[in-house]
Amino acid sequence: MTRTTQWEVVIGLETHAQLQTKSKIFSGSSIAFGAEPNVQASAVDIALPGVLPVLNREAVVCAIKFGLAVGARIAPRSVFARKNYFYPDLPKGYQISQFEIPVVSGGGLAIRVGAGETATEKFVHLTRAHLEEDAGKSLHEDFHGRTGIDLNRAGTPLLEIVTEPEMRSSAEAVAYAKALHALVQWIGICDGNMQEGSFRCDANVSVRPMGQKEFGTRREIKNLNSFRFMQQAIDFEVQWQINEIEEGRAIRQATVLFDPDTGETRSMRTKEDAHDYRYFPDPDLLPLEITEDWIAQVKSGLPELPQAMKARFEADYGLSSYDAATLTASRDMAAYFEAVLAAAGRENAKPAANWVMGELAARLNKDGLELAAAPLSAQQLAGIIRRIADNTISNKIARDVFEALWAGDGKDADAVIEAKGWKQITDTGAIEALVDEVLAANQKSVEEYRAGKEKAFNALVGQAMKATRGKANPQQVTDLLKKKLGA
Amino acid sequence: MSGLINSSLRELSAALAAKKVSAVELATLFLDRIEKFNPALNAFITLDRDKTLAQARAADERLKAGTGTTPLTGIPLGHKDIFCTRGWRTSCGSQMLANFVSPYDANVVEKLAAAGMVTLGKLNMDEFAMGSSNETSYFGPVRNPWDVSRVPGGSSGGSAAAVAARLAPAATGTDTGGSIRQPAALCGLTGLKPTYGVVSRYGMIAFASSLDQGGPMAKSADDCALLLNAMAGFDARDSTSLERPTEDYGRDLDMPLAGLRIGLPKEFFGAGMDADVRAAVEAALAEYRRLGATTVEVQLPNSGLSVPAYYVIAPAEASSNLSRFDGVRYGYRAPEYGDLTEMYSRSRAQGFGAEVKRRILIGTYVLSHGYYDAYYLKAQRIRRLIAADFAEAFKQCDVIMGPTSPSVAFAFGAKSADPVQMYLSDIYTISTNLAGLPGMSLPCGFGNNNMPVGLQIIGNWFGEAKMLSVAHQYQKATDWHTRMPEGVK
Repeated sequence: MTRTTQWEVVIGLETHAQLQTKSKIFSGSSIAFGAEPNVQASAVDIALPGVLPVLNREAVVCAIKFGLAVGARIAPRSVFARKNYFYPDLPKGYQISQFEIPVVSGGGLAIRVGAGETATEKFVHLTRAHLEEDAGKSLHEDFHGRTGIDLNRAGTPLLEIVTEPEMRSSAEAVAYAKALHALVQWIGICDGNMQEGSFRCDANVSVRPMGQKEFGTRREIKNLNSFRFMQQAIDFEVQWQINEIEEGRAIRQATVLFDPDTGETRSMRTKEDAHDYRYFPDPDLLPLEITEDWIAQVKSGLPELPQAMKARFEADYGLSSYDAATLTASRDMAAYFEAVLAAAGRENAKPAANWVMGELAARLNKDGLELAAAPLSAQQLAGIIRRIADNTISNKIARDVFEALWAGDGKDADAVIEAKGWKQITDTGAIEALVDEVLAANQKSVEEYRAGKEKAFNALVGQAMKATRGKANPQQVTDLLKKKLGA
Repeated sequence: MSGLINSSLRELSAALAAKKVSAVELATLFLDRIEKFNPALNAFITLDRDKTLAQARAADERLKAGTGTTPLTGIPLGHKDIFCTRGWRTSCGSQMLANFVSPYDANVVEKLAAAGMVTLGKLNMDEFAMGSSNETSYFGPVRNPWDVSRVPGGSSGGSAAAVAARLAPAATGTDTGGSIRQPAALCGLTGLKPTYGVVSRYGMIAFASSLDQGGPMAKSADDCALLLNAMAGFDARDSTSLERPTEDYGRDLDMPLAGLRIGLPKEFFGAGMDADVRAAVEAALAEYRRLGATTVEVQLPNSGLSVPAYYVIAPAEASSNLSRFDGVRYGYRAPEYGDLTEMYSRSRAQGFGAEVKRRILIGTYVLSHGYYDAYYLKAQRIRRLIAADFAEAFKQCDVIMGPTSPSVAFAFGAKSADPVQMYLSDIYTISTNLAGLPGMSLPCGFGNNNMPVGLQIIGNWFGEAKMLSVAHQYQKATDWHTRMPEGVK
């Protein structure tokens, strides 16, 4: 009897996506990362007496984009509330957030769980997404035992995206997080930089006996800033909860932190010391009104969404679901692929997909580059693919052309092929003369082949290819050899 | 020149324009009076003669050049210490901010400075504007110039006392539940609280955000109109500021009263009003009738709920607004503390006075989980009912009148031991804040012990010009607003 058949895991995720606006959500300060402490903190951000918040409409546009992208309801009227608590990096003593009426509710994301063609699909429903401001940071080092406060981040716009408790494994949770991560970047509302904290997840995790309707008591794992940590933290937490229950201890609702060094989660606070945040509508801000016109205007500026693009790739280019999903994993990759196709022709969709997902992705990975920084343009790659298609070069030579272009050695495939003399030899007469030479020079292999050694034939092909430095059309060489040997 | 202390703003403006007096001379005249009379009154709590005179010199330059001047250029005034004033201590009457020098100007301060007005200093007030007698100020109480054993009212008590004693021709005030009108009444001044959203709250230290409004305090309606013209207007930094066409609030001053319908809420004329106040208010109404107005009884059936609703909403908002005073970034921090929690609790326990702490506790309580619906949401519903009552009443009348305060200025300590008694001194003024309506108080005679009585006018939403006209016509026919306390002559 294994535990996995006994216990069902229930996971809901809350994600804070930092919105890519120019300025803060309630002030005109910049939100650029990495500035000297407190230089991006205005009178409003440090909460001087008398200052007031003014909503940045750019942040609202981001929320509308997100709502449209996940098929959610966008509230015609939502309300900003104050979440009251004291903390040194919370200058006003309250955070402005949305509580009772969020700007976005419902909707969801299709996710793929597992890898390759065996992956399964699932739809994760969203509960809500709401706008709020970030807090500053407490700096505990280098202040001679005191705590420093950096308010640069205070007031940075966030969209908090909350799922229904619908994920049933760490793999599903990670798949959802990755899909969301890709989507927010796709629609241009978040840079997705997890190291800088632009995209951070909290996971609500509970377990229950398989078949039980009621949820178990949940614990919330805070601030997961990588997909790997998310997987590790959830796996550890699930096992911990199962052990606790099996050993007769009840789970207490708590907030926990994941320690990447130990791979363990540990309790930060329990429900008993939970705050009463005394939420109430912020009287400094009017309710946020979003008209149909505004939504329509934002919608007209939205790019084609990944799901729609994936379906189109399957229908128009005859790609498999897996290929289409991989190519639409990011907007950059999809755009690159479409640019390759535009230059190489639609009939080359499958080889183009293979090159983008294979050679190109591997090379980028090797050099640690983002697609946007690839030294090889989509047009250059298309040039290679065209020359394979018209038999000018073999796949093997094509990889050399790819490397040459990657290294900046030549302006396009044709130039490289010309300069290096890599044009495939397809002249039957020339190949025939070559084959004769090879046969004459390798009598031993010829005899062995005739004696029944199949391997010897491959050696002869190899010799012929070597003599042309790979430029002979391999199929032609094979056919001619077979003919000459009377096979 | 000393005759100028009783001059209207228009007269001062004319004298400045005609070069009969310079802005520096005018500022010096009032600074000297402040030096002489302020120690007994404690109206001004921050003065900076050099800064004031520098501003006056700049105003004289403008007047000399004759460009960019306004009717207010060169006229001095005092700012209630709730308005952030760049380079000046802005304490809000609290130890919490006793060391806070504002790095920026409130919108109101900025606008009046842009008009060319000269800042005489910062005016005492109840701590964080919480009080009706000015007894809660960390800097000690303000004394009423008509009788220094009595309170000036609050929370804009310093503003009221300063103008009443002719230490300033005008002052700014703020009104959350009556804090302009009640001290104006108790000191014999004219003060106006505009419709919510007409004057920007940016830089005005928040007490109760949904109720706070800044406004002018001066000797007459005419003065208030001039000041309001300079103070009002949309400000993009205040989301509750209203985008409306610019208006001249003095445009109807000369409109005769004939045909004016004055609504008299029976709820404002019941028990609870002192006889001397009633007599003065009735006499003022008789004068209005004589001038051609008619009176009609109206009903504000929910006005009895205004004080309880106010004492839920205002403390709720205040409890949150005052959270920023935590000793972390500016303001008072306890000299000794063990850990973070202790730093917070000691800084706030020591930095805030008793009344402020009482209201923070009330506000925290009414917003707490499980009590929010019963208190805060219910109070908000009452608020809508009160606004609806007024909307109904204004179908029958152009303005509403009644007493500003149930009594004349009371003696120090008379109500400070009983918060509820103190809270009831705002019983006639609070409902206009809850409804967002404009209101004003103007002197209409004297009651017991020869203390001034205020007549309250409540206008319809955006009815400032109408209210000012109604007040001005009365002030043309009477001279209560020109009276000056003996002790400061």
